[in-house]
Amino acid sequence: MYRYDPIDQALVDQRVAQFRDQTRRFLAGELTEDEFKPLRLRNGLYMQRHAPMLRIAIPYGLLSSHQLRTLASVARRYDRGFGHFTTRQNLQLNWPKLEDVPDILAELAGVEMHAMQTSGNCVRNVTADHLAGVAADEIEDPRPWCEIVRQWSTLHPEFSYLPRKFKIAVTGAPADRAASEVHDIGLHLKRDAIGALGFEVLVGGGLGRTPIIGKVIRELLPPQHLLSYLEAVLRIYNEEGRRDNLNKARIKILVKSLGIDEFRRRVEAEWERIRDSALELNWREIERMRSFFTPPPYEALADVDVAAGDVRFMAWYRYNTRAHKVPGYRVVFLSLKAHGEAPGDMTCEQMSAVADLADRYSFGQVRATHDQNLLLADVRQNDLQELWRALDRERLATPNIGTLTDMICCPGLDFCSLANAGSIPVAKQIHAHFDDLDYLYDLGEIQIKMSGCMNACGHHHVGHIGILGVDKHGEEWYQITLGGSASEQAALGEVIGPSVPQAEVAATLQKIIDVYVEHRFEEERFIDTVRRIGVDPFRERVYAPAHQAA
Amino acid sequence: MRQLIRQRESAGPALAEDEWRSIEDDPTGSSRALIFPLARWQSERERWWLWAGRLGVRIAPADRVETLEHDLRRLALVAIEFTGPSEGRGYSQARVLRDRFRFGGEIRAVGYVKLDQLFFLSRCGVDAFELAEGIDAQRALAALKQFDVAYQPGAVNSPPMRHRVSQ
Repeated sequence: MYRYDPIDQALVDQRVAQFRDQTRRFLAGELTEDEFKPLRLRNGLYMQRHAPMLRIAIPYGLLSSHQLRTLASVARRYDRGFGHFTTRQNLQLNWPKLEDVPDILAELAGVEMHAMQTSGNCVRNVTADHLAGVAADEIEDPRPWCEIVRQWSTLHPEFSYLPRKFKIAVTGAPADRAASEVHDIGLHLKRDAIGALGFEVLVGGGLGRTPIIGKVIRELLPPQHLLSYLEAVLRIYNEEGRRDNLNKARIKILVKSLGIDEFRRRVEAEWERIRDSALELNWREIERMRSFFTPPPYEALADVDVAAGDVRFMAWYRYNTRAHKVPGYRVVFLSLKAHGEAPGDMTCEQMSAVADLADRYSFGQVRATHDQNLLLADVRQNDLQELWRALDRERLATPNIGTLTDMICCPGLDFCSLANAGSIPVAKQIHAHFDDLDYLYDLGEIQIKMSGCMNACGHHHVGHIGILGVDKHGEEWYQITLGGSASEQAALGEVIGPSVPQAEVAATLQKIIDVYVEHRFEEERFIDTVRRIGVDPFRERVYAPAHQAA
Repeated sequence: MRQLIRQRESAGPALAEDEWRSIEDDPTGSSRALIFPLARWQSERERWWLWAGRLGVRIAPADRVETLEHDLRRLALVAIEFTGPSEGRGYSQARVLRDRFRFGGEIRAVGYVKLDQLFFLSRCGVDAFELAEGIDAQRALAALKQFDVAYQPGAVNSPPMRHRVSQ
């Protein structure tokens, strides 16, 4: 993984000193609340319902065991002993004290971490495919390019006061595991007919109030021009994006109002002016970045037959592990969706344990996924039984990856001051209702994504089943969408009808699942059935008068 | 009178005398250095073009720098106005002036100009800072030196600094 050099370290240290001074000025009354807000936000600090929330950057989801141990110790000392992994591969602490935040940041800087640009109207932490470097379908490892983008965007002097937040995701495989089509910019590494590398560039995707799938602005950008092209897009956005209405300020609204062709024309005109500048990446720099992401020292192993073993192990193997491109190895997911827990939450004891397991079984590295789970990317197949037992002890082996209870979920009304409704209680309700694993396995792959308000941090628009919390005269109600997808050929879900009260969410899902089971062909996935038969049969069942539904 | 900091290539940032006046305050041009709001400049340009003094124009966030393209050779100063803590168009205006039009005169940030913007402004090519009321000049000078590293190349003529991209 990437290691800081003296320039990186100096920059992070100086940023900590700057934030310490900003916090001091705020606490001394020299900065008003309104003035401090954009300053703290661009350093990941929100003022939430109960306490500040600090969002720590995990660039493209990659953590060393040493960093994870530090996160555990920070969560123990400054918080209530747990953290929450987000859909953008970051970690949130929900209970730090404002006056402690500079010290937390200083500790993080000691292990090459920070909280820069995890919120605020700036370029956010860049995200990537969590299977980068180990997926068999990979064309090119996205991580060196993520690091190049991370550095370019960090404290960018021109783009630190954008109209609104700006999110970039990078993938290097045909399968999109980073929801890149619903990002402000999605970058897809591809090769042309002669094998030359380039980026397909998508722009203007996003969720929130106005969900839109990104549009292709350039088919294949030569990689040495990545930064000048990004700079051209951002400059047009910074100059022309709306600043009069917060809800219309994202780049997707600008792209939509100009049309992709006119937006492209403006970007390309600007790019022509700046492409041959100091922003052009030279191959030495690209190779330097690549050298940080070379494969770990794999042993020469053969694939082993792990089919023997206890039933629980076999379920875990089937659902929580994935193929690895190197023989004898396996990718292992750690489920942060245990029954009764808030999705994405992890205790500091679990973090410490996972750090040890990463050292022992996976070259000392851990990854956060955009589905709010963790992943050990390089586990020897021979170690799987042992690793499973250890994860099981830590309650990190719930064999539900990809199933209905592997829900994406925002913190909701329990923590977030923007939320209209709770998410965590609903996640728990769904977990309790669908607690039969065999039944879940029979249902197969179903993605439920849930947000406590229309800001869509839980990505409900792109859930196979999306759940959106709404406030109805002071009560928490939930609107349900079907047919969304964040994968390649991303799609937005369709609302099935009026929202349902909190107590009826799981029962409503049961009706939806029943319709699926009745209509599916043998191995047909839920999403494929929805695409084939449309939402009407589901709608009819959910809203049928009670005497008919019985 | 607001305090002015100027950043000069040779000497670094320092407090400076402001010899410029706005046309509203000095309609006869006795200061020999006049700043016009953009609209007024556009309507009175011909009248002042051959005037003996120095000329400057003040632009608002929504103004496009391109409208000044053919005037820049006559201008010694462009003042970029900041209207609040989240206004960010001025950073791009400065970059375009320096990098695209190679403007070599003074670029001055005016209006809502406070400590935490100064470093970014300087990297974008702003070389004069008219501080908002109540901002301590010594702390402003310190804020300009908060970082001695950057990941991005700075604007043309911005102060040199260790940076990475073009290594």
